[in-house]
Amino acid sequence: MSAARSARRFDPHRFGPVVGLLLLLIVGTALNPDFATWDNLMNVLTRTAFIGIISIGMCFVIISGGIDLSVGSMAALIAGGMILLMNALAGSVGSPVAVVALGMLFALLLGGGFGLAHGYLITRGRIEPFIVTLGTLGIFRALLTWLADGGAITLDNDLSDAYGPVYYGSLLGIPVPVWVFLLVSVAGGILLNRTAFGRYVQAIGSNEQVARFAAVDVDRVKLLTYGLLGVCVGIATVLYVPRLGSASPTTGLLWELEAIAAVIVGGTSFKGGEGRIAGTVIGAVLLSVISNILNLTSIISVYLNAAVQGCVIIAVAFLQRRRP
Amino acid sequence: MSLHVAFDGITKEFGPVRVLHGVSFDLHPGRVHGLLGENGAGKSTLMKILAGYHAATSGTLSIDGEPVVFRTSRDAEKRGIVLIHQELSLADDLTVAQNMFLGHEIRRGWLLDDRAMRARAADALRQVGFERDPDTKVRDLIVAEKQLVEIAKAQLRNARLLIMDEPTASLTPSECDRLFGLIERLRRDGVTIVYISHKLDEVERITDEVIVMRDGRFVARAPTAETPRQRMATLMVGRELTDMFPDKHIPIRGPALGTPLMAVRGLTVPGWAEDVSFDLHPGEILGFAGLVGAGRTELFEGILGLRPRSGGTVEIEGRPVSLRTPRAAMRNGLTYLSEDRKGKGLHVTMGLRDNLTLMTLRHHARPLLSPASEERALEHAVASFGIRGNPQGTAASLSGGNQQKLAIAKFLEPDPRVFVLDEPTRGVDVGAKRDIYFLIARLAAEGRGVIVISSELIELIGLCHRVIVMRGRRVSATVPADRLSEEELIAHAIGTNAGTNIGTDIGTNARP
Repeated sequence: MSAARSARRFDPHRFGPVVGLLLLLIVGTALNPDFATWDNLMNVLTRTAFIGIISIGMCFVIISGGIDLSVGSMAALIAGGMILLMNALAGSVGSPVAVVALGMLFALLLGGGFGLAHGYLITRGRIEPFIVTLGTLGIFRALLTWLADGGAITLDNDLSDAYGPVYYGSLLGIPVPVWVFLLVSVAGGILLNRTAFGRYVQAIGSNEQVARFAAVDVDRVKLLTYGLLGVCVGIATVLYVPRLGSASPTTGLLWELEAIAAVIVGGTSFKGGEGRIAGTVIGAVLLSVISNILNLTSIISVYLNAAVQGCVIIAVAFLQRRRP
Repeated sequence: MSLHVAFDGITKEFGPVRVLHGVSFDLHPGRVHGLLGENGAGKSTLMKILAGYHAATSGTLSIDGEPVVFRTSRDAEKRGIVLIHQELSLADDLTVAQNMFLGHEIRRGWLLDDRAMRARAADALRQVGFERDPDTKVRDLIVAEKQLVEIAKAQLRNARLLIMDEPTASLTPSECDRLFGLIERLRRDGVTIVYISHKLDEVERITDEVIVMRDGRFVARAPTAETPRQRMATLMVGRELTDMFPDKHIPIRGPALGTPLMAVRGLTVPGWAEDVSFDLHPGEILGFAGLVGAGRTELFEGILGLRPRSGGTVEIEGRPVSLRTPRAAMRNGLTYLSEDRKGKGLHVTMGLRDNLTLMTLRHHARPLLSPASEERALEHAVASFGIRGNPQGTAASLSGGNQQKLAIAKFLEPDPRVFVLDEPTRGVDVGAKRDIYFLIARLAAEGRGVIVISSELIELIGLCHRVIVMRGRRVSATVPADRLSEEELIAHAIGTNAGTNIGTDIGTNARP
């Protein structure tokens, strides 16, 4: 499969995102000397980590032929839930570090649980993924808003200090979220390309019937892709919470769009069947580089960030379209 | 009124696969032409070029002496050429009248003129003998009625050349008779007809001349009256039929001896198969015959757990097994290759290697998948099944015969004790067909049990040790090798003694 693809001279699906990113880097460097600095680079990558990690999970779901619209709301609800839990535990558990560790574990379990619930409704309930996750998109955010009583849920100060390094800390000069992003990307790449599960995900997205007749347990694999995405949302939330130390009705707003856009810009077919983790990572970075350049320069208002990203998504989809 | 069609050196390539190799012949005005050829001979492709669905890769198509290129089926329709598809192409949710005017609606200003369309539709429908209300939804029609609607629709467009692709595949004998009467009337009205069919008795009955194609080439044409069926069959297959099949090995253990490899008792798949029981012995090739819709495919989908079952048991090697999914079936030594190769058998957009190893990834995981190990499996399969094509390409790049060999290899990877093949030679050229027959015999000689579901009677007769005939969801007969004949199988399949007006498959009386 891959050999057949690389045999072609130029494949826009594979090289398009890389070329686009390189062009953006050149443009950014030319427009502002602050762009091509280590600090700015790390800043961009740290901000990419949340969406990037979610888009790795999203990549599996989209390759299998599904979709999850709820990830932004899910992140908000997980953030609110974990903050409430940690605040409640702060009195009874002595060490703030232990409280934070419990909170992080809770976030991952909650994410995985939400994802499996999606998968269960989609496979056993035989409801379209678009509908199921459109429903939970509303449910998750409404629950968070209700829990926060319309305002914000804020982490206690002691806990914030203990939790801070997860976002602000760095190792060998590279921020922790970037390390986590890297680890999740590598794990995702191996899972997709070198395990039976990954092959089944591609087979199901390529043609679900054929996979079913070839003794693939289609429902189980689909269920797991949603569970995996839920865990990714949990990880992203764990990294995000210490940044602001609170969750509000606007937390994670429109993350689903950015995550899906990163996957598509990265060359994964929206119809399912084929996709790449490396492309997804580049897609996520590319989108945040755009907003970074807008922030650093004054040619286009930063308020138009989403509009520029939207144009990029449509342009990429245009370049990648296949002949009918 | 009639029109003259000339094909001159028509070739057609789908990607790297060439399916037509310079076909040249004429269609004469106002005659009924029987277009014969096995699956994959290129008949349908050539007719789709004539009707504007495909463009020829090279060659010239002329109508009444003038070269034409049809970009769409609408272009062809303007010249009066209409193809009636094998899979009828009507929109189920629209009414008969709406379908007949689809894309050609009559308007009054901006609005549709339903009354005028309904009246004209009713008029055309009456002429073909369709008696139901034109406001009936197509969903509620039976196949024979849909066919009449298609013909009436062609009449509305003033068809001067009508192409019918396997029109009688799912018709009862009396519905066939009505269709033949209609064809005769169309011919008297001067319509040129191309009639594609495997059923040689029908071809003999209604065509003026036969044109034979094989492996994408024109082979012969002759007046029907001067061509006996045996001659037609030999022309289609291209060799004497006796060469096509291997010798039948005697099963290692006869049906009377030992435990059957697989025993099915009282199996019911609601709506499709009722109370079906059979045994399969090691080394045996067991055939399943029956008309389209007799429930053969659905029976096996039920056994695999792909359709709900309401009763019955399955034993494999004497052990009762509960097969709820294809995965459970595979673990118990049973695999099934579907008749729908592109929809259920292979991932056509994926590579050969990924297709081959999909069912046995466990063998290549240590614990991560080893591409080298998968590559070795592919090399082995390519060599032992004779798969020809680019091993690094996609499954879609292979010809039909090589795709089928790859699919067979894929479903043999788990090393099943029982292997079920549904229409194993559909869309496969003659050479690959013969390879597949010899392969099936080899599998049986290795001691596996092989089940072949087929609509090609000649294949069942040439290959099988026993044939089970299904009719209307039930087993109607089990025919042993020494009594296998087309007349016998057809009689059990349709439930009468074999008569003259019964649709027989290719080569009736053709076997020595």
